[in-house]
Amino acid sequence: MDHIYLDHAATTPVDPAVVEAMLPVYREIFGNPSSIHYFGREARKLIEDAREVLAAEIGATPKEIIFTSGGTESDNAALIGAAHARQALGRHIITTKIEHHAVLHTCEHLEKEGFDVTYLDVDQKGRISLDAFKKALRPDTILVSIMYGNNEVGTLQPIKEIASLLKGTNALFHTDAVQAFGLEAINVRDIGVDLMSITAHKFNGPKGVGFLYIREGVSLETYQHGGEQERKRRAGTHNVPGIVGMAKAVTLVRENREEKKQMMYRLRQRMLNRLTEEGIDFAINGDLENGLAHILNLYFPGTRVEALLSALDLAGVAVSSGSACTAGSVEPSHVLTAMFGSDAPQAKSSLRISFGLYNTEEQVETAARIIAKTVSGWQKPKHSG
Amino acid sequence: MTKAPEKTRVVVGMSGGVDSSVTALLLKQQGYDVVGIFMKNWDDTDENGVCTATEDYEDVSRVAGQIGIPYYAVNFEKEYWDKVFTYFLDEYKAGRTPNPDVVCNKEIKFKAFLEHALALGADYVATGHYARVEHIDGHVRMLRGVDRGKDQTYFLNQLTEAQLSRVMFPLGGLTKSEVRDIARTHQLATANKKDSTGICFIGERNFKEFLSHYLPAQKGEIRTIDGEYKGMHDGLMYYTNGQRQGLGIGGPGGPWFVCGKDLKNNILYVAPENHPALFSEGLTAENVNWINGLPQESLFTCTAKFRYRQPDQPVTVMPQVGGTVKVMFHEPQKAITPGQAVVFYDGDICLGGGTITTVLQKNYFEKLDFVQAVL
Repeated sequence: MDHIYLDHAATTPVDPAVVEAMLPVYREIFGNPSSIHYFGREARKLIEDAREVLAAEIGATPKEIIFTSGGTESDNAALIGAAHARQALGRHIITTKIEHHAVLHTCEHLEKEGFDVTYLDVDQKGRISLDAFKKALRPDTILVSIMYGNNEVGTLQPIKEIASLLKGTNALFHTDAVQAFGLEAINVRDIGVDLMSITAHKFNGPKGVGFLYIREGVSLETYQHGGEQERKRRAGTHNVPGIVGMAKAVTLVRENREEKKQMMYRLRQRMLNRLTEEGIDFAINGDLENGLAHILNLYFPGTRVEALLSALDLAGVAVSSGSACTAGSVEPSHVLTAMFGSDAPQAKSSLRISFGLYNTEEQVETAARIIAKTVSGWQKPKHSG
Repeated sequence: MTKAPEKTRVVVGMSGGVDSSVTALLLKQQGYDVVGIFMKNWDDTDENGVCTATEDYEDVSRVAGQIGIPYYAVNFEKEYWDKVFTYFLDEYKAGRTPNPDVVCNKEIKFKAFLEHALALGADYVATGHYARVEHIDGHVRMLRGVDRGKDQTYFLNQLTEAQLSRVMFPLGGLTKSEVRDIARTHQLATANKKDSTGICFIGERNFKEFLSHYLPAQKGEIRTIDGEYKGMHDGLMYYTNGQRQGLGIGGPGGPWFVCGKDLKNNILYVAPENHPALFSEGLTAENVNWINGLPQESLFTCTAKFRYRQPDQPVTVMPQVGGTVKVMFHEPQKAITPGQAVVFYDGDICLGGGTITTVLQKNYFEKLDFVQAVL
């Protein structure tokens, strides 16, 4: 059986060109960039070249980029580092109820340390209200963390507007752009954020590597202690092959970005059209107009998501929903719960379908047919005609 | 016509223990399209936020990976709470000693889980129970497991023929030591894992303390069957008929055994060893399930178990209307406990069973008239 991968919001396959770029590093350039000898210098050059590529891509300067192990570390470093650095100015933080757990659980940790966190509600499309944001803002607000595009439903947040509301305040503005970066061209000067988290594996780069943009002039408290790498801002030996791979992935994602985005729109529309033709009952969670092109979150009334996900996997379609607990069972999505309420059926009967570079129209056709057939097992009991 | 094994999907309930691991392995070896499912029935997140089901799920993941089968988890916490745990507490409140394993099999493993498996396209579900399913003359019967020390039909007495027609018990023909050997030969990750003991949601915890979180305990008197005050009990729910340990009473005439409860007056009755009050002549039971249909006879003889791992006892059974039954013992029996299951057998065939409601005793309790009428 051919398995069809429609879970690119979870992770993406590594582009073969990225693998090609990394292999020589693994094979030959093994030096530690912190070493002062020839081998160290060789490796050092690679990561500094990579830093330039990444900086240029987001409109930053190279010294505003620090390498991390990925999105979770970037979020932790940004939030804990900013909160600790600014606590003399206040202890209030604003975020949203639909952040990734890397942000949400870090905020909960900061609450235990005595910080006061406001979790903004979202509307049924998954967007915060600027009015509510203005009301939440206080003189002692020192940090705002609002994601660029949601990883479950794709909804984009009004990042620019929030940034302009924060002008002249004491608050640093962090955005988790992990899910958005790639298909969305993001310029940090243009959107006006102070901190931005990125991970490579969401845009066909390798796993275990990412970066944090820190606007020049912003200082964070260091949370990982050790060597003096990254100007003492992030201790730990550099993941040189990963950093090289990430830079390669960035150069690839930049090429024909608009074309790739159009392809995602086409695949998404094809899925919707086909499901409609199949006559099953479904509704869209999120906002297609103002959402990430590759994410489609659908509510299938009458289904049980755990059984649906397993049945689809057995039929060769890999999609997802919410997050799994450590004992493997699927927890109701906190994003859908925030959008529709804690008892809403959407939280128990929705799937996230996310498209990627190597998906074909045929795959989407096949997957739509399998999804329709599986869902109809719940929606149209066999004996009803 | 039966389907070829490779076209027959069998969904295995995998707990992370050795029995269900070997169950999955054997089915895979027989060529079936095997899918493993881990059931999460109880939220046992501890004070550190660690869910102890995690370790079991990781074992399922490891074993399924070794065998080469897909695996998933399903959450039946709500169903378990509503159908099993609520029953468990209600029984204690009513002064009986519940058997949650029987209800878990009836409501969760062979109902909610079976339905879940069918939604995944299953032809059969399989579990690591020590029991056998026999297809004969268009009927399906349940037989005892070959390992008499492990036979689990006692806990499966509420299954119907319709459920059994969808069930496989691949371990039914094996002994526990053979199962361990198979696991070791194939180096399954769970080969040397300790068997779980006790009621699943309580595990190794202190039973009394667990129960006290859910039910208020009321101290009361312990009296001998002749009315003599012997001491105080911690709450009737903590005691079961025939119990000797943990009474905290001594003195002349002992050792003492629990022989009855007066729920209304909150009194625990005890009797000395071999006292007639510890023995009974019969019982009544409700919610009686006859796996292959209600027997034709209005009165018949078979064997029965009144608790797990007890040798069969010859009995005379009188099925009543409304799913109840009267059972008379051929020999007086000790420690018959309301709330536990009575399960009937014809040789190796499990006929079904029910929940013990009352114990029929001569002299000491009020059912004497009935007992004599029957005898």
